[in-house]
Amino acid sequence: MSSAALPYTVEPHPLTGVYSGKLGTWLFLASEVMLFGALFSSYVLLRVGAGDAWPSGEATHLSVPIGTFNTLVLIVSSVTMVMAWASLKMGNLAKGRMFLALTIALALVFIVVKLLLEYIPKFRGHHLPSTNTFYALYFTMTGLHALHIIGGIVVIGYFLFPGAALWRTDPEYYTNRIECTGLYWHFVDLVWIFLFPVLYLT
Amino acid sequence: MAGGHADVQKHVKAYLGVFVALAVLTVVTVLASKIHFGSKAANITIALLIATFKASLVAAIFMHLRWERGASIWWTLLICAAFFAVLMSVPSLTVFELPKQAIFQMWDVAPPVPGGH
Repeated sequence: MSSAALPYTVEPHPLTGVYSGKLGTWLFLASEVMLFGALFSSYVLLRVGAGDAWPSGEATHLSVPIGTFNTLVLIVSSVTMVMAWASLKMGNLAKGRMFLALTIALALVFIVVKLLLEYIPKFRGHHLPSTNTFYALYFTMTGLHALHIIGGIVVIGYFLFPGAALWRTDPEYYTNRIECTGLYWHFVDLVWIFLFPVLYLT
Repeated sequence: MAGGHADVQKHVKAYLGVFVALAVLTVVTVLASKIHFGSKAANITIALLIATFKASLVAAIFMHLRWERGASIWWTLLICAAFFAVLMSVPSLTVFELPKQAIFQMWDVAPPVPGGH
């Protein structure tokens, strides 16, 4: 390893007790909690303020079966993501990459369903962010979440192809980077676990 | 995290267990939303309780917090949780919106007379 290489990519930093990428990822996720938290907080304020005028059930025109399907897709993608890490941890790059590819495939399913079966029919039916407060929140919150899914696809795609070269020189470093990618990916899943009941079910 | 093969293999079992739990709880959430639990608030509370439990499973097992020993991670989460609690309590501040009259009484000043000087 050259002297210019990042320190503590594998061994824990003596001050923090973890390798630095992991602490950095958690700090980033803490800021993400505040980003989504601000939207959830706005949701509570606007929903309580709307009282009985708040649409629920049929009135939202959201499909519970589609929402449930996408929830399950994200859950499975979290499993494949963590299995990618576990495979690398056990020294199997081929299996790890297969699980990374599966995770991307599931993420694409989520995005395609969201776009073709939800957003586009909503726009065609003139249910726009400007229609009412509910749709403003629905599109802002699910839109920001969908951007996070797309961001995840980019990151996982990087580690699936060019980033995987790191495995040859430093497999532990590569495995840790996949763990950090997983932390982000599971967080995006976690946000959806709250978005689904809050927007589709109650 | 400890990283032997046997450890990881144990993890894999936990991952599959959590997967089944998450899938079942997703179906439970959907079914629960079709039952009327007395009030809208009760239904929302039940949905959020299940969601919180699911999120905890994801954080504990998939995100490895169950095995996390790094104090810096826990401090980050603690501070984050505190700020998140503040953020989520902001809407409740509307409870403290007092009528103008009450605020003037509190400060012991005369309220402005409408149309007067």
